[in-house]
Amino acid sequence: MASGDKHLEITLETQVESVNLAEEMCLRVAEAAGFGEDDCYRIGMSVREGVINAFHYGNQERPEKKIHLALDITSEKLIIHVLDEGTGFILADVPDPLAEENLLSTSGRGIFLMRAFMDEFDVVQGRTGGAEIVMSKKLPGPGENSENGKGGE
Amino acid sequence: MALRATHRDAGSVTVVDLSGRITLGDGSALLRKTIRGLLADERKNILLNLADVDYIDSSGIGELVSGFTAVKNQGGDLKLLQLTKKVRDLLQITKLYTVFDVYTDEKAALGGFS
Repeated sequence: MASGDKHLEITLETQVESVNLAEEMCLRVAEAAGFGEDDCYRIGMSVREGVINAFHYGNQERPEKKIHLALDITSEKLIIHVLDEGTGFILADVPDPLAEENLLSTSGRGIFLMRAFMDEFDVVQGRTGGAEIVMSKKLPGPGENSENGKGGE
Repeated sequence: MALRATHRDAGSVTVVDLSGRITLGDGSALLRKTIRGLLADERKNILLNLADVDYIDSSGIGELVSGFTAVKNQGGDLKLLQLTKKVRDLLQITKLYTVFDVYTDEKAALGGFS
Protein backbone atom coordinates (compact mmCIF):
# COMPACT_ATOMS: atom_id res chain seq x y z
CA MET A 1 0.00 0.00 0.00
CA ALA A 2 1.45 3.37 -1.02
CA SER A 3 1.76 6.15 1.54
CA GLY A 4 -1.40 8.21 1.54
CA ASP A 5 -3.55 5.23 0.66
CA LYS A 6 -6.32 4.55 3.13
CA HIS A 7 -7.70 1.21 4.26
CA LEU A 8 -10.85 0.46 6.20
CA GLU A 9 -12.10 -2.97 7.17
CA ILE A 10 -15.21 -4.12 8.99
CA THR A 11 -16.71 -7.50 9.83
CA LEU A 12 -20.48 -7.70 9.55
CA GLU A 13 -23.01 -10.13 10.92
CA THR A 14 -25.01 -12.19 8.44
CA GLN A 15 -28.24 -10.28 8.90
CA VAL A 16 -30.39 -7.89 6.87
CA GLU A 17 -29.30 -4.88 8.94
CA SER A 18 -25.73 -5.36 7.73
CA VAL A 19 -26.81 -4.45 4.21
CA ASN A 20 -27.96 -0.97 5.26
CA LEU A 21 -24.97 -0.52 7.55
CA ALA A 22 -22.49 -1.36 4.78
CA GLU A 23 -24.26 0.93 2.31
CA GLU A 24 -24.31 3.86 4.74
CA MET A 25 -20.67 3.41 5.69
CA CYS A 26 -19.51 3.25 2.07
CA LEU A 27 -21.64 6.26 1.14
CA ARG A 28 -19.84 8.32 3.79
CA VAL A 29 -16.45 7.15 2.56
CA ALA A 30 -17.39 7.88 -1.07
CA GLU A 31 -18.64 11.36 -0.19
CA ALA A 32 -15.47 12.07 1.78
CA ALA A 33 -13.40 10.84 -1.18
CA GLY A 34 -15.05 13.48 -3.38
CA PHE A 35 -17.50 11.45 -5.43
CA GLY A 36 -20.58 13.32 -6.63
CA GLU A 37 -24.16 12.43 -5.77
CA ASP A 38 -24.73 10.12 -8.75
CA ASP A 39 -21.53 8.15 -8.24
CA CYS A 40 -22.25 7.88 -4.52
CA TYR A 41 -25.62 6.36 -5.40
CA ARG A 42 -23.93 3.84 -7.72
CA ILE A 43 -21.26 2.96 -5.16
CA GLY A 44 -23.85 2.63 -2.38
CA MET A 45 -26.05 0.42 -4.53
CA SER A 46 -23.08 -1.76 -5.53
CA VAL A 47 -22.00 -2.26 -1.94
CA ARG A 48 -25.58 -3.03 -1.02
CA GLU A 49 -25.79 -5.66 -3.76
CA GLY A 50 -22.42 -7.13 -2.82
CA VAL A 51 -23.46 -7.56 0.81
CA ILE A 52 -26.88 -8.96 -0.20
CA ASN A 53 -25.00 -11.49 -2.33
CA ALA A 54 -22.78 -12.45 0.61
CA PHE A 55 -25.74 -12.56 3.02
CA HIS A 56 -28.05 -14.61 0.85
CA TYR A 57 -26.03 -16.66 -1.63
CA GLY A 58 -22.61 -16.85 0.04
CA ASN A 59 -23.46 -17.31 3.70
CA GLN A 60 -26.90 -18.79 3.00
CA GLU A 61 -28.30 -16.45 5.70
CA ARG A 62 -26.51 -18.50 8.36
CA PRO A 63 -25.89 -16.25 11.39
CA GLU A 64 -22.68 -17.99 12.50
CA LYS A 65 -20.97 -16.85 9.30
CA LYS A 66 -19.53 -13.36 8.79
CA ILE A 67 -19.33 -10.88 5.96
CA HIS A 68 -16.02 -9.05 5.55
CA LEU A 69 -16.08 -5.62 3.93
CA ALA A 70 -12.90 -3.73 3.09
CA LEU A 71 -12.38 -0.37 1.40
CA ASP A 72 -9.14 0.95 -0.08
CA ILE A 73 -8.72 4.47 -1.31
CA THR A 74 -5.65 4.91 -3.48
CA SER A 75 -4.59 7.98 -5.40
CA GLU A 76 -6.61 6.68 -8.35
CA LYS A 77 -9.64 4.81 -7.15
CA LEU A 78 -11.92 3.48 -4.46
CA ILE A 79 -11.64 -0.30 -4.24
CA ILE A 80 -14.28 -2.33 -2.42
CA HIS A 81 -13.94 -5.95 -1.30
CA VAL A 82 -16.91 -8.00 -0.06
CA LEU A 83 -15.95 -11.44 1.20
CA ASP A 84 -18.32 -14.15 2.40
CA GLU A 85 -17.73 -17.47 4.15
CA GLY A 86 -19.55 -19.63 1.63
CA THR A 87 -18.15 -21.98 -0.97
CA GLY A 88 -17.58 -19.44 -3.74
CA PHE A 89 -18.99 -19.29 -7.24
CA ILE A 90 -17.86 -18.93 -10.82
CA LEU A 91 -18.80 -15.58 -12.29
CA ALA A 92 -19.25 -17.05 -15.76
CA ASP A 93 -21.90 -19.42 -14.37
CA VAL A 94 -24.18 -16.59 -13.26
CA PRO A 95 -27.21 -16.42 -15.60
CA ASP A 96 -27.64 -13.28 -17.68
CA PRO A 97 -30.65 -11.42 -16.20
CA LEU A 98 -31.19 -9.67 -19.54
CA ALA A 99 -31.75 -12.93 -21.42
CA GLU A 100 -35.35 -13.29 -22.54
CA GLU A 101 -35.87 -16.42 -20.44
CA ASN A 102 -34.60 -14.68 -17.29
CA LEU A 103 -36.41 -11.36 -17.57
CA LEU A 104 -39.17 -12.47 -15.19
CA SER A 105 -36.81 -14.09 -12.72
CA THR A 106 -37.32 -12.75 -9.20
CA SER A 107 -33.58 -12.82 -8.43
CA GLY A 108 -30.16 -12.70 -10.05
CA ARG A 109 -29.77 -8.99 -10.85
CA GLY A 110 -27.27 -8.03 -8.14
CA ILE A 111 -24.13 -8.99 -10.05
CA PHE A 112 -25.46 -7.24 -13.13
CA LEU A 113 -26.08 -4.01 -11.21
CA MET A 114 -22.60 -4.03 -9.64
CA ARG A 115 -21.06 -4.54 -13.07
CA ALA A 116 -23.16 -1.73 -14.52
CA PHE A 117 -22.45 0.76 -11.75
CA MET A 118 -18.75 0.23 -11.07
CA ASP A 119 -15.74 0.74 -13.37
CA GLU A 120 -14.14 -2.61 -12.55
CA PHE A 121 -15.75 -5.75 -11.18
CA ASP A 122 -14.53 -9.27 -10.53
CA VAL A 123 -15.17 -12.25 -8.27
CA VAL A 124 -12.22 -14.23 -6.92
CA GLN A 125 -11.77 -16.94 -4.32
CA GLY A 126 -11.27 -15.26 -0.96
CA ARG A 127 -9.03 -16.23 1.96
CA THR A 128 -12.00 -17.89 3.71
CA GLY A 129 -12.67 -20.06 0.66
CA GLY A 130 -15.78 -18.05 -0.07
CA ALA A 131 -16.39 -15.59 -2.86
CA GLU A 132 -14.65 -12.23 -2.77
CA ILE A 133 -16.22 -9.49 -4.83
CA VAL A 134 -13.68 -6.87 -5.86
CA MET A 135 -14.96 -3.71 -7.49
CA SER A 136 -13.64 -0.24 -7.98
CA LYS A 137 -14.51 3.22 -9.18
CA LYS A 138 -12.06 5.81 -10.38
CA LEU A 139 -11.81 8.85 -8.14
CA PRO A 140 -13.18 12.04 -9.66
CA GLY A 141 -10.51 14.43 -10.88
CA PRO A 142 -10.33 18.02 -9.69
CA GLY A 143 -13.55 19.78 -10.68
CA GLU A 144 -14.84 16.65 -12.35
CA ASN A 145 -18.60 16.19 -12.23
CA SER A 146 -19.88 12.69 -11.51
CA GLU A 147 -22.89 13.34 -13.77
CA ASN A 148 -20.62 12.06 -16.55
CA GLY A 149 -19.84 8.83 -14.73
CA LYS A 150 -20.74 5.35 -15.88
CA GLY A 151 -24.10 3.97 -14.86
CA GLY A 152 -27.84 4.38 -14.95
CA GLU A 153 -28.31 8.01 -13.89
CA MET B 1 -36.81 5.72 4.75
CA ALA B 2 -38.98 2.69 5.46
CA LEU B 3 -41.56 1.83 2.84
CA ARG B 4 -45.14 2.93 3.42
CA ALA B 5 -48.10 1.64 1.44
CA THR B 6 -51.70 2.79 1.33
CA HIS B 7 -54.33 1.80 -1.18
CA ARG B 8 -57.51 3.23 -2.59
CA ASP B 9 -60.09 1.93 -5.02
CA ALA B 10 -60.69 3.54 -8.41
CA GLY B 11 -63.48 1.46 -9.91
CA SER B 12 -62.18 -2.01 -10.64
CA VAL B 13 -58.60 -0.87 -10.09
CA THR B 14 -56.79 -0.58 -6.77
CA VAL B 15 -54.20 2.16 -6.66
CA VAL B 16 -51.36 1.45 -4.24
CA ASP B 17 -49.50 4.60 -3.19
CA LEU B 18 -45.98 3.67 -2.10
CA SER B 19 -43.39 5.91 -0.50
CA GLY B 20 -39.86 5.20 0.70
CA ARG B 21 -37.40 2.50 -0.30
CA ILE B 22 -38.22 -0.95 -1.68
CA THR B 23 -35.21 -2.90 -0.48
CA LEU B 24 -34.23 -6.22 1.06
CA GLY B 25 -36.15 -6.79 4.28
CA ASP B 26 -39.17 -4.81 5.41
CA GLY B 27 -39.65 -2.86 2.16
CA SER B 28 -39.82 -5.90 -0.08
CA ALA B 29 -41.89 -7.77 2.50
CA LEU B 30 -44.46 -4.97 2.73
CA LEU B 31 -44.83 -4.80 -1.05
CA ARG B 32 -45.30 -8.56 -1.17
CA LYS B 33 -47.85 -8.53 1.65
CA THR B 34 -49.78 -5.67 0.05
CA ILE B 35 -50.07 -7.31 -3.36
CA ARG B 36 -50.87 -10.75 -1.94
CA GLY B 37 -53.50 -9.17 0.33
CA LEU B 38 -55.20 -7.45 -2.59
CA LEU B 39 -55.21 -10.68 -4.59
CA ALA B 40 -56.76 -12.50 -1.62
CA ASP B 41 -59.51 -9.86 -1.64
CA GLU B 42 -60.08 -10.48 -5.37
CA ARG B 43 -58.57 -7.07 -6.25
CA LYS B 44 -56.71 -8.22 -9.34
CA ASN B 45 -56.18 -4.94 -11.18
CA ILE B 46 -53.40 -3.12 -9.38
CA LEU B 47 -51.72 0.18 -10.17
CA LEU B 48 -48.54 0.79 -8.18
CA ASN B 49 -47.90 4.49 -7.74
CA LEU B 50 -44.13 4.82 -7.33
CA ALA B 51 -43.96 8.62 -7.40
CA ASP B 52 -42.49 8.71 -3.89
CA VAL B 53 -40.26 5.65 -4.20
CA ASP B 54 -36.76 7.01 -4.59
CA TYR B 55 -34.77 3.81 -4.22
CA ILE B 56 -35.13 0.16 -5.22
CA ASP B 57 -32.48 -2.54 -4.95
CA SER B 58 -32.35 -5.95 -6.66
CA SER B 59 -34.57 -7.42 -3.94
CA GLY B 60 -37.19 -4.74 -4.59
CA ILE B 61 -36.96 -5.31 -8.32
CA GLY B 62 -37.47 -9.02 -7.69
CA GLU B 63 -40.54 -8.28 -5.60
CA LEU B 64 -42.01 -6.10 -8.34
CA VAL B 65 -41.51 -8.95 -10.81
CA SER B 66 -42.93 -11.49 -8.34
CA GLY B 67 -46.02 -9.33 -7.80
CA PHE B 68 -46.46 -8.83 -11.54
CA THR B 69 -46.29 -12.58 -12.16
CA ALA B 70 -48.65 -13.40 -9.26
CA VAL B 71 -51.25 -10.90 -10.51
CA LYS B 72 -50.98 -12.14 -14.11
CA ASN B 73 -51.32 -15.75 -12.95
CA GLN B 74 -54.63 -14.86 -11.34
CA GLY B 75 -55.93 -13.21 -14.50
CA GLY B 76 -55.32 -9.67 -13.32
CA ASP B 77 -53.00 -6.86 -14.35
CA LEU B 78 -50.33 -4.85 -12.57
CA LYS B 79 -49.12 -1.53 -13.95
CA LEU B 80 -46.71 1.12 -12.74
CA LEU B 81 -47.32 4.84 -12.34
CA GLN B 82 -44.96 7.83 -12.06
CA LEU B 83 -41.51 6.35 -11.79
CA THR B 84 -38.76 8.48 -10.29
CA LYS B 85 -35.64 8.85 -12.42
CA LYS B 86 -33.60 6.36 -10.41
CA VAL B 87 -36.33 3.70 -10.57
CA ARG B 88 -36.96 4.30 -14.27
CA ASP B 89 -33.23 4.01 -15.03
CA LEU B 90 -33.02 0.75 -13.07
CA LEU B 91 -35.97 -0.73 -14.94
CA GLN B 92 -34.43 0.37 -18.22
CA ILE B 93 -31.00 -1.14 -17.67
CA THR B 94 -32.58 -4.40 -16.43
CA LYS B 95 -34.87 -4.41 -19.50
CA LEU B 96 -37.95 -4.55 -17.26
CA TYR B 97 -39.21 -1.26 -18.62
CA THR B 98 -40.43 -3.24 -21.62
CA VAL B 99 -42.15 -5.82 -19.39
CA PHE B 100 -44.23 -3.46 -17.27
CA ASP B 101 -46.84 -1.03 -18.54
CA VAL B 102 -45.58 2.28 -17.22
CA TYR B 103 -47.62 5.50 -17.09
CA THR B 104 -46.95 9.06 -16.06
CA ASP B 105 -50.64 10.01 -15.73
CA GLU B 106 -53.02 8.26 -13.35
CA LYS B 107 -56.12 8.79 -15.48
CA ALA B 108 -54.37 7.27 -18.50
CA ALA B 109 -53.13 4.40 -16.37
CA LEU B 110 -56.61 3.62 -15.08
CA GLY B 111 -57.87 3.69 -18.66
CA GLY B 112 -55.22 1.15 -19.59
CA PHE B 113 -56.89 -1.62 -17.59
CA SER B 114 -59.32 -3.70 -19.59
